[in-house]
Amino acid sequence: MEIIVCAKYALDVAEIKIDPSGKPLLDGVPRRVSDIDKNAMEAAVNIKEKQGGTIKVVCFGPASAKEGLKELLAMGADEAYLVEDPSGGMLDTAATVEALAAAIQKIGSFDLILCGEATTDGYTGQVGPRLAGKLGIPQITYARNLNVEGNSVTAERDLEDAYETVKAPTPVLVSVTREINVPRIPSLMAILKASKKPMTIWKLEDLGLSKEKLEQVSTLQTVDLQGFAVERKRVVIKDKPVEEAVQELVSYLMKEKALGV
Amino acid sequence: MAEEYKGIMAYSEDRDTLFELLSKGRELADQLQTEVSAVLLGEKVEAEAGELASYGADKVYVVESPQLKGLLAEACAEALHAVISQAKPEVFLVGATKRGKELAPRVAEKLGTGCVAECVALEVDAGRRELKMKRVVFGGKVSSTHIIAGKPAIATIPPRIFEKKKADGRTAEAVKVEAEISPPKAEIVEVKPKEMAGIRIEEAPIVICGGRGLKQQEDFKMLEELAEVLGGQVGCTRPIAADRGWFPEWVGLSGKKIQPSLYIAVGVSGAIQHVAGIRSSKIVVSVNKDADAPIFADSDYGIVEDLYKVVPALTEALRKILKK
Repeated sequence: MEIIVCAKYALDVAEIKIDPSGKPLLDGVPRRVSDIDKNAMEAAVNIKEKQGGTIKVVCFGPASAKEGLKELLAMGADEAYLVEDPSGGMLDTAATVEALAAAIQKIGSFDLILCGEATTDGYTGQVGPRLAGKLGIPQITYARNLNVEGNSVTAERDLEDAYETVKAPTPVLVSVTREINVPRIPSLMAILKASKKPMTIWKLEDLGLSKEKLEQVSTLQTVDLQGFAVERKRVVIKDKPVEEAVQELVSYLMKEKALGV
Repeated sequence: MAEEYKGIMAYSEDRDTLFELLSKGRELADQLQTEVSAVLLGEKVEAEAGELASYGADKVYVVESPQLKGLLAEACAEALHAVISQAKPEVFLVGATKRGKELAPRVAEKLGTGCVAECVALEVDAGRRELKMKRVVFGGKVSSTHIIAGKPAIATIPPRIFEKKKADGRTAEAVKVEAEISPPKAEIVEVKPKEMAGIRIEEAPIVICGGRGLKQQEDFKMLEELAEVLGGQVGCTRPIAADRGWFPEWVGLSGKKIQPSLYIAVGVSGAIQHVAGIRSSKIVVSVNKDADAPIFADSDYGIVEDLYKVVPALTEALRKILKK
């Protein structure tokens, strides 16, 4: 099975600070591989371990994404491809998909594309379905398990009110949830080996694209970003006997009129 | 070219969500002095068109096809593409159920336009004929506002963001759209319904939420008792629902986003994705034996103590005060 994993080198949201005027400070925020994309990589490695095949990981992102790709190679990808984003992350999911699709077409054949249900920074969940649409292949989203048999893929989707098992022939795109597996932490040996695995870096021009072309595809504009200023009171009751702690809490809640009395 | 796109269109496979989107769509359309339309997809759905009028639809586009059985994204995207190409709305609202969230971007890709996922507010600038869409990003820390230059502007909106408003005496014109829909390559093999809890947690004024600190499913009875005394509802974090399967749904960025007047987190560590779902709660209380749990930084009041001691004591204390 030829597997392609799409990964994002996402902003580490825990590191995003809000300035006193309420504006988020995004410059210099460290990045990391979006958590759920590691679940997608783990799912790919599990399939490869069972039935062989190849795993290629593709990323559209900044030059620094090489660091993230090394981690995914250490997890078990055979090859990595980085399409450099010249915009500094200012493009929308349509542009991302334009770049990913061009990279995938250049790579050639594939049976299965795996990605996370959403990325941990933007959390739009759009890249998977858009990419499937662009490539004209079926999609199975929110997969909490995944089985590959011959040329068909079966996955159980975690929907709001039901689990829905869907089967599709390859080529197919599957987006996975966090619950599908626990991503492995690569051993030192795997990390060392990964440094010898091939990593290809493409400019948009290498794929017949350009910054202008992507800007044209990217019709979504961000007109405002505002940090939430919900400040909690952070009263912590500790080192007190349980009854006393509970009484203290109850009196706070009564003062707040949170109990309806 | 953009001028030929007019009107607000709404779609959701979930009827209540569609009613909410139509009600909001009506309001936006009145500001833009344009029409509202709804889309119905399925094998046999035309009979439902009438009811949509009372929530604000002027027109109902109906696509009926055996290929729409099970509402697979591939087939629905083709149907919606056909409807939008014919009707040319300037705004297309889609209910952000999981089905909607995977469908809208596929439709947007086909149409070559943008989509803003999971909007929490919509506003029109009538002069510029522009829709401003607000959503929450970066693990719930930041609110971002977007516009889309492409047509139509597509937005997905979670259930219960907007109120449904029914008005009697309205009628809508039903328009059948003959769409060529290719047989979907994916097929639904099995559907296992989840056991649903009582009232919807989004509506509960008080929510008691259990996290990984609860060791077994029976321990949620303790939370049920507390909820009963307070007149609240019990919820849980993602690992409890999605890993352990003790509840159908969870509270958080990827699950239910709630805004109760009182939220009590029990044995919840306070991962950023969880906090994103409770950010709009009025008062947040947490109980956790780990003084370093991040939840305390996002709480108004916290008790650092074993939840198995605190919850029964709190229930008793409240029972006396509330005389239940």
